[in-house]
Amino acid sequence: MDFPILSSLILLPILGSLFIFFSKSKSNTNVTSKYLALFVSLGNFILSLYLWYLFDATTSDFQFLEERSWIKGFINYKVGIDGISILFIILTTFITPLCVISVNNTIKNRLKDFLIAILIMESLMIGVFCSLDLVVFYLFFECGLIPMFLIIGIWGGERRVYSAFKFFLYTLLGSVLMLVAIISIYWMTGTTDVTYLYNIGIEAKYQNLLWLAFFSSFAVKTPMWPVHTWLPDAHVEAPTAGSVLLAAILLKMAGYGFIRFSVGLFPIASEYFIPLIYFLSLVAIIYTSFVALMQEDMKKLIAYSSVAHMGFVTLGIFTFTQQGMEGSIFQMISHGLVSAALFFSVGVVYERMHTRLINNYGGLVSIMPKYAIVLMVFTLAAIGLPGTSGFIGEFLILIGTFKKSFLVATIASLGVILAAAYMLWLYKRIIFGEIIKDEIKKLMDLNKTEFIILSFLAFPIILFGFYPEPLLNTVEISIIDLIEMYNNNINLTKN
Amino acid sequence: MVNLNFIYPEIFLSISIMALLIIGVFKKNSSNLIFNLSIISLLGSLALIFNFPINTNIELFNNGYKIDYLSSFMKILTVSSGIFVLLSSNKYIQIININKIEYPILALSSILGMMVMVSSNDLILFYVGLELQSLSLYVLASFNRDNLASTESGLKYFVLSALSSGLLLYGCSLIYGFSSSTNFFIISENLTESSNGLTFGIVFILVGLAFKISAVPFHMWAPDVYEGSPTSVTVFFAILPKIAALTVFIRFLYVPFLNLIEQWQMIIIFLSIASMLFGAIAAIGQKNLKRLVAYSSIGHMGYALAGLSTGTNQGIQSSITYISIYLFMNLAFFSCLFMLKRDEKYFENIEDLSGLAKNHPLLSFSFLIVLFSLAGIPPLAGFFAKFYIFTAVIEESMYFLAIVGLLSTVIAAFYYLRLIKIIYFDIEKEKYETNHNIGLKLSLLISSIFILFYFIYPSWLTEMVEKINMI
Repeated sequence: MDFPILSSLILLPILGSLFIFFSKSKSNTNVTSKYLALFVSLGNFILSLYLWYLFDATTSDFQFLEERSWIKGFINYKVGIDGISILFIILTTFITPLCVISVNNTIKNRLKDFLIAILIMESLMIGVFCSLDLVVFYLFFECGLIPMFLIIGIWGGERRVYSAFKFFLYTLLGSVLMLVAIISIYWMTGTTDVTYLYNIGIEAKYQNLLWLAFFSSFAVKTPMWPVHTWLPDAHVEAPTAGSVLLAAILLKMAGYGFIRFSVGLFPIASEYFIPLIYFLSLVAIIYTSFVALMQEDMKKLIAYSSVAHMGFVTLGIFTFTQQGMEGSIFQMISHGLVSAALFFSVGVVYERMHTRLINNYGGLVSIMPKYAIVLMVFTLAAIGLPGTSGFIGEFLILIGTFKKSFLVATIASLGVILAAAYMLWLYKRIIFGEIIKDEIKKLMDLNKTEFIILSFLAFPIILFGFYPEPLLNTVEISIIDLIEMYNNNINLTKN
Repeated sequence: MVNLNFIYPEIFLSISIMALLIIGVFKKNSSNLIFNLSIISLLGSLALIFNFPINTNIELFNNGYKIDYLSSFMKILTVSSGIFVLLSSNKYIQIININKIEYPILALSSILGMMVMVSSNDLILFYVGLELQSLSLYVLASFNRDNLASTESGLKYFVLSALSSGLLLYGCSLIYGFSSSTNFFIISENLTESSNGLTFGIVFILVGLAFKISAVPFHMWAPDVYEGSPTSVTVFFAILPKIAALTVFIRFLYVPFLNLIEQWQMIIIFLSIASMLFGAIAAIGQKNLKRLVAYSSIGHMGYALAGLSTGTNQGIQSSITYISIYLFMNLAFFSCLFMLKRDEKYFENIEDLSGLAKNHPLLSFSFLIVLFSLAGIPPLAGFFAKFYIFTAVIEESMYFLAIVGLLSTVIAAFYYLRLIKIIYFDIEKEKYETNHNIGLKLSLLISSIFILFYFIYPSWLTEMVEKINMI
C-alpha cells in the first residue's frame, strides 16, 4: 500500500494541535505555539500541493483510496478524492495558515486554545472533503460544530453566546435528518460506501425523501434562504479567523455535499427538485443582495453577500450543465478566497478602530493607501469584474443557467448588478469621502503580517481570473462524468 | 444437585457483606477499612464472574436463575461501575460525614440485588432481587440523615417505589393467574394467545419497571431524589439501577412475551418518546446540576427504550451499547462534579461552573467532552450510542420514533450547550481545590478517555454486545 497521503493530511493538524497542547510556551507571547501551528499548517499546505501534483486529472475515478475496517461489518473508514474534492482540500490548507498568521493581530487571550481549535477544524474540514463513506462524512461534518462553537463563543464579540447557540442548533437540526437518511440508505442498500452507491444507485421511489433529508442539512449549511439567518450572526460575532474559516470553507462543505451526495446519489430527485432550488437560489441572490445594501455593519454586509454568492453556486450546480457545475466549483473556490480576503480586510480596520459600523469610517484612502488598493482588488473580485476569479465563476454559472432557463438566468444576472451596488457603495463609504473622525487620521497602514495575508489572497484571485485553466482542468473530467451519470439516470426513468 | 459454581460471584458478595457487617460491628472506627474491603470484595466478585466462560448458557434452580451472556455482561457492567462509583465518592462521603460502616455495605447489598435481578428468569426471583436492590437504595438515599433534603428524598423514593413495587407484584400475580407459572420459559410456552388479563399484567409490570428506570410518566421521583440524596448516592442512582432494570426489561419482554409484541410495543414506544421529549424540554430550566442530570437521564432512558421497542436483536444490542456508553458518560460527569470542592464544601449549582475554563482547563475539558458526548455530537462516544439506537430503529422502519428522537437530541443539545457556555464563556469565579484523591482521578481519567477515544475502535464494544441474542 502506498503512503496514506489523505489520512496524513487529516491527521497532521490534529497531531500538531496535540503538540501545541503539550508544548510549554510563555503565556504572554505564545511564540512556540504560533510557530508550531504555522509550521504544521504550512506543512499540510505543501503536502496538499504535492497531492495536486500527483493527482491524475485524466480520470474521474477516485484516487488515493484508503479503506480500513472501522465498525466491523458495518462501516469502513474510506477516503479518496476526485477532481472536485482536491480543490476544496487545497483551499482549506491554503486558508488555514493565513488564519494562523492572522492571530498575531486579532486574538488577545487564550491564543494557544485558539490555535488548537483552528487546527482541529482544518483536520475535520479536510476529512469532510475526502471521506467516501456517508457515516464518515457525517462524522466529520458534524464534529466541526464543536470547535466552531467554541471559536465563536470564546473569542467572539458582544453577542457571541447568542450567535454560537444559533449556529450550533441550526446546523444540528439540519443535520439530524441527514443522519436518518444515511441510516435508511444503509438498510436499503446494505452499504454507506459512496463509490459503491454510485454504481448501484438508489431506488427512484425513495429518492425524493432522502434528497429532502440531505437538503435540509446542506441548505442550512450553504446557507439558503430562508434558513440563512444564522450566518450573519455567526459572522458578525466570530473573531476574524473564525469568520474566515466559516465563509471560506465551512459554507463550501454544503456546496460540495450538494454535488457529491444530492446530485451524485439522487439524480432523479435532483431533477425533480430543480424548481425548488432555482426559486430558493434566486430569492437568495436578489433578496439578500437588497438586505446587504441596507446593512450598516461591514461584516454583516459581507455575510449577506456570501448568501447571495452561494445562491449562484446552488443555481449553477442544479443546471446540470458542464459550464454551470464547473462554474459553481470555481465560484466556491473564488468565493472562498474573496470572502476570506474581505473578512481579513474588515479585521484590519476593526483591530484599529474597534467598530464595524460603516458610518464610523470614511476617507481611509489618504491615510491607508495600501489598504485602499488591496480592498479595491477584493471588492472588484466580489463583484465579479473580468480579470478576477469572481468573474469566471459567475460567468460560467450564468452561461449554464441560460442553457436551461432564460428567465432564471436573467433574474440571476440582476444579482450581479446588485452585488456591484452594495460592494462599491461599501467601498465608497469606507475608503472615500471626507474624514469625519479624528481617530482615523491616526490610523496606521497595513503592517507586515496583514500585508502578507492580503497579498497572498490577492495573488490567486487575480491569477485565476486571468488563467482559470488549472482549476477547470482538474475538475473537468469529474464533472463530465457526473453529468453523464446524471443524464443516464434521467433517461432511464423516462424510458 | 445444583451446580453452585456459576453463582459464586453472588455467593461471594453475600458472604462478604455479612463478614463486613460483623467486622464493622466489632471493630471500632473501621469505616475506612470497611470501605476499602467492600471495594476489594466487589473486585473479587468481578473476578469470579470471569471464572467461568462468559458465554455459558445455563439455568439453575428449576430454570429460575439464568446465567447467560446477557447476565454476565450486565453483571460485569454493574459490578465494575459499582467499583468506580465507590472509588470516586470516597472523599465525598468523608467530607460530608456519611462515612459510616453501613454505607458501603448497603451499596454492596444493592449491587447483590441487581445481580440477582439481571440473572432472574422467574417472576418471584426477579421480585426478590428488585426489593433487595430498592430497600438498600431507600436507606442510601436518606443516608445523610441530618439533612432535610436527603431524608425527604429517601422517604419520597420509598413511598413511590413501594407503590410501583405493589403494582408490579399485582402484575406478576395476574400473569401467574393467566399463564399458571412464574417461570419465564413456562410462561412463554403456555401463552399462545393474548387475553385482557394478561395485557393488564404486562402493563402493570412495565409500569413498575418504568418507574425503576424513571421513564416518563413515572419519572416524578427522579429529580427530587437525585437532588436531595448525597451526590455519591446520586451517581449510584443514575447508573446502577438503570443497568439492572434495563436487563430485566429485556428479559421480561423478550423471553416470555416476545409473541405478544403487539401488546407491549406501543407502550414502550410511548414511554420512549415521552421520556426523550420530556427529558429534553424539562432540563432546560434547571439550576441544580444533579436535578439536570435527573432530567437528562430520563431522556437517555428514552433512547435506550427506543432500542428495546424494535423487537429485534439489533434493538436489544443497541440498547445495551447505549447503556454501557451512558454509564461512562455519567461516571465522568459525576467525577467532574466531585471535583467542584472548596473549603470542605461541594458545589452543585450550574452557576458554580461559571468560567471554570479559566482556572481549571483540564477539568473543563473533561466537562466539555462529557457534555458534548451526552448531547450526542460526533465523534464522542455518545454519538455512537445514539447512532446504534437509530440504526436499529430505522431498520424496523420506525421513522417517526427516529425523527422524534433526533429532534429531541437537538432540544437537549441546548441545555448541554448552556453548561458549556457557562463553563467556557462566562466570567470566572474563585478557584476550586485540586487535591483530589487517586480514585476520583482514576475514574475521571478512564471514563474521559473512553468517551474521547471510543471512535477510534468502536468495534470492541459492538463485538461484545453482538453475542447477546435473545430471539
